Amino acid sequence: MGNLAPILPEVILGIAAIFLMLFAAFARRGSSATHWLAVLALLGACVALAGAPQESGRIFGGMFAADGFAAFGKLIIFLSAAVAVIMAHGWFDREFEHSGEYPVLILLSAIGASVMVSATDLMMLYIGLELQSLSAYVLASYRRHDARSAEAGLKYFVLGGLASGILLYGISLLYGFTGATSFTGISAAFAGGSIGFGLIAGLAFTLAGIAFKIAAVPFHMWTPDVYEGAPTPVTAFFASGPKIAAVLLGTRVCLDALGPATDQWRQIVIFAALASIVLGAVAAYGQTNIKRLLAYSSINNVGFALVGLAAGGQGGAQAVLFYSAVYVVMTLGAFLCVLRMRDADGRPMESLSSLSGLSQTQPLLALALAMFMFSLAGIPPLFGFWPKLMVFNAAVDAGLLPLAIAAAVLTVVGAYYYLKIVKIMYFDEPTGAFQRVREPVQTALIVACALFVSPLGYLLINPIGRLAANAASIF
Amino acid sequence: MIFLPLFAALACLFVRAEAARWIALGATLALFVLGLVLWAGYDPAGAQWQFVERVSVGGRYLNWALGIDGIALMLIMLSVFLMPICIGASWRAIERRVPEYMAAFLLMEALMIGVFAAQDLLLFYIFFEGGLIPMYLIIGIWGGVERIKASYKFFLYTLLGSVLMLVAMLVMIATSGTGDIPTLMAYDFAPGLQYWLWLAFFASFAVKMPMWPVHTWLPDAHVQAPTAGSVILAGVLLKMGGYGFIRFSLPMFPEASAQLWPLVFILSSIAIVYTSLVALVQADMKKLIAYSSVAHMAFVTFGLFAFNRQGIEGALIVMLSHGLVSGALFLCVGVIYDRMHTREIAKYGGLANNMPGYAVLFLLFTMAAVGLPGTSGFVGEFLAMMGTYALSTWGAIFATTGIILGAAYMLYLYWRISYGEARTADAKAMTDLTSREWLLLAPIAAVVLWMGIYPESFMAPMRADVGRVLARVERTAPAGDSRPTRGNPALATAAATEHGGGEAAH
Repeated sequence: MGNLAPILPEVILGIAAIFLMLFAAFARRGSSATHWLAVLALLGACVALAGAPQESGRIFGGMFAADGFAAFGKLIIFLSAAVAVIMAHGWFDREFEHSGEYPVLILLSAIGASVMVSATDLMMLYIGLELQSLSAYVLASYRRHDARSAEAGLKYFVLGGLASGILLYGISLLYGFTGATSFTGISAAFAGGSIGFGLIAGLAFTLAGIAFKIAAVPFHMWTPDVYEGAPTPVTAFFASGPKIAAVLLGTRVCLDALGPATDQWRQIVIFAALASIVLGAVAAYGQTNIKRLLAYSSINNVGFALVGLAAGGQGGAQAVLFYSAVYVVMTLGAFLCVLRMRDADGRPMESLSSLSGLSQTQPLLALALAMFMFSLAGIPPLFGFWPKLMVFNAAVDAGLLPLAIAAAVLTVVGAYYYLKIVKIMYFDEPTGAFQRVREPVQTALIVACALFVSPLGYLLINPIGRLAANAASIF
Repeated sequence: MIFLPLFAALACLFVRAEAARWIALGATLALFVLGLVLWAGYDPAGAQWQFVERVSVGGRYLNWALGIDGIALMLIMLSVFLMPICIGASWRAIERRVPEYMAAFLLMEALMIGVFAAQDLLLFYIFFEGGLIPMYLIIGIWGGVERIKASYKFFLYTLLGSVLMLVAMLVMIATSGTGDIPTLMAYDFAPGLQYWLWLAFFASFAVKMPMWPVHTWLPDAHVQAPTAGSVILAGVLLKMGGYGFIRFSLPMFPEASAQLWPLVFILSSIAIVYTSLVALVQADMKKLIAYSSVAHMAFVTFGLFAFNRQGIEGALIVMLSHGLVSGALFLCVGVIYDRMHTREIAKYGGLANNMPGYAVLFLLFTMAAVGLPGTSGFVGEFLAMMGTYALSTWGAIFATTGIILGAAYMLYLYWRISYGEARTADAKAMTDLTSREWLLLAPIAAVVLWMGIYPESFMAPMRADVGRVLARVERTAPAGDSRPTRGNPALATAAATEHGGGEAAH
């Protein structure tokens, strides 16, 4: 049993998932008990995270690490999963009967994601990734009678399968040339001898597979379609938990397993970072659907996180972690606001033009969304500015000044479309009002997220910074 | 002092229009009184930094560090003085969404005070950039027809300039290990690095200032913004650029400044002549004043990079004076705009007949903008040009040309608006200033005259700080070698008198 203590959070979630599956089968239809139990399980897992021994090192033959880095990532994942479950409350009840499986799938996906951030072996990495992805495919097509949702699921599945194949190919190459699947072994092999073409190819394929999950350019194509088609709570979850898991997984792979080959992967990461920032900013211009727009925004933001990764070292990892934490709050906040966009019959609305004049019909909602937008754009005094600064700072410290300058200048390009949303809400005349929704928990979450991104968030710099520094200290 | 407007802004959001107006007015007046207390409590002979407070927020990067020196004090005074006037100017002009409007203005005020009081690099940046958001909303929501284009242009232009500064700040922190402004002001960066840092800061401040050729956002923003927005934009936001030069560029990068002053002079010369000529042909009053702002700011850059006491003190006075005068001119435009709802010069005429009070005040401010002795404009421009002349004759020649052209376009504007026959019946029917408008314009007029007649009261708090900047520049930059200065004070004075005489003749 002592051996299981480090994976206590996963155990809790696993048991909860199985129990809830049975519970949902017998529970009254439309009952929201499953949702709240799932939230409870996720919060319990967060508590277990604090209780689990952090310095237990690697277990299961060095395949799994329950260290500070993993704990930081899991905290983000579990909390965002909990928010995703809360978001679904009142969403599916209304238009979809089988809401019981939703929290179960989210739980399973969260387990997969948490295995991803803990993986210190290519096999474990793959298991976590697939567990997370398979649940995600189902979630994307959750509203199976809706053509867009079904399309999203299928598209995600096919492209995701392809990405998994590429990843496996990369893994096989790495294994073939180093003779090891554990990160330590690979790292030793890279440090040991000259780095041949086979290793480089393996490295590139592995990173490509991970880049797909992160939705970094040039492996981003699925993102807008899937984000648009999937039900909004699912989209919010995709944009937060699993994405962060993949970013952190990439961080661990690059800094741990491929640490000695920094020069080789750095070019790839820099390219992916800049390309993501540019494409995320430019492609969002013509969008009229807010979910598509947020998809591009997530591509854009992940590019900035990758800038931190490119910087490498402890400072870079710290910046990535900080960025992830703040990004998740901003994104979830924005999606919580999107959830409120319903027409008079309660049907969801997604077009940007439906937001017009929101500041006059629902000023507080507009204010919150405007704060998230400015924050995502990284405009001070909102808190979204700080992680961008950390990322630039990491790049400057690592001697990548041109990268920092390029990324900083590109924030201006990205700012344009965030401003566009603010413009629509504040400058345009109202065309119609949204239905008012009574969801006190969601409202509280919006308020909490808004307070987090407000200048009050700066008070959290030290606590989050300490956690991130502790988490990054393993590299 | 920063928190008071923030709370007031929050309060405004939750009340109705009339109450919001009173809250905003009360808060800004209270801040003005606080400003006066600050001024009274400031000891010009005392320490460089007074009223210092410091709390660590973000580890080694970010500190909540505030404190002011004489220069910051005067600029804060300018902000808190103009703010109640802005609120008053919007009393009736803004009818739509008043609570949000007042909240945006109060937020703006908090950020402006923060910019001038910040003692930490990143804190400065946060305040500096934060000002974009309320201004974007003010232009975009309550602006004119082309407001959306103007607001985007304003936002993106300024942001683009600033991000380079941000990276430069990070480099500075990485090199020196601190973000503390007073420490950095005495820190010697390697000359090669200084060069790049200077350029990055220059990019930001030149846009904010604005200098030619990055001034194009300004006319749009001014024309589209509501009157009070223009006042704040011209009165205070433009001063942030000048403040940045004197707080960062000169003391932190003295070598680079000594090396790059020709660039500043060339750009300023072009700006002065070019924008003055552009101003001459404007048909829109606000646009004319906007272009004149660009020209006046060129005096500031001239003076600041003259590396001598007259130049820098003159530049500071020009900043204060221009803040008041251009603010007042925008208010004057606002007064007649509220009556006629057009800014086209051709629609007016003969206002001296039916609006005598207005004509007198407008004349006063026109003269101050021209630089008539006895008004604040004269003191600043005269000193700035004296300083310029000591460094570069050519610079002084262009600057003087600017003064002549300035007189031309301002007097031409005044002539078309106030004299002759009223060109439309509406213009003839306009009534003179209301008591509210008197209350707004009279204090500015008083201060303009005060500054023109006894500038010492405004210069005294800044003198020691200018001295410190000079010491910093003199000590590290052997600028004397690279300057084509004649070095003869008698000669400089003689030349300056000549200019002064030329001006009096206008």
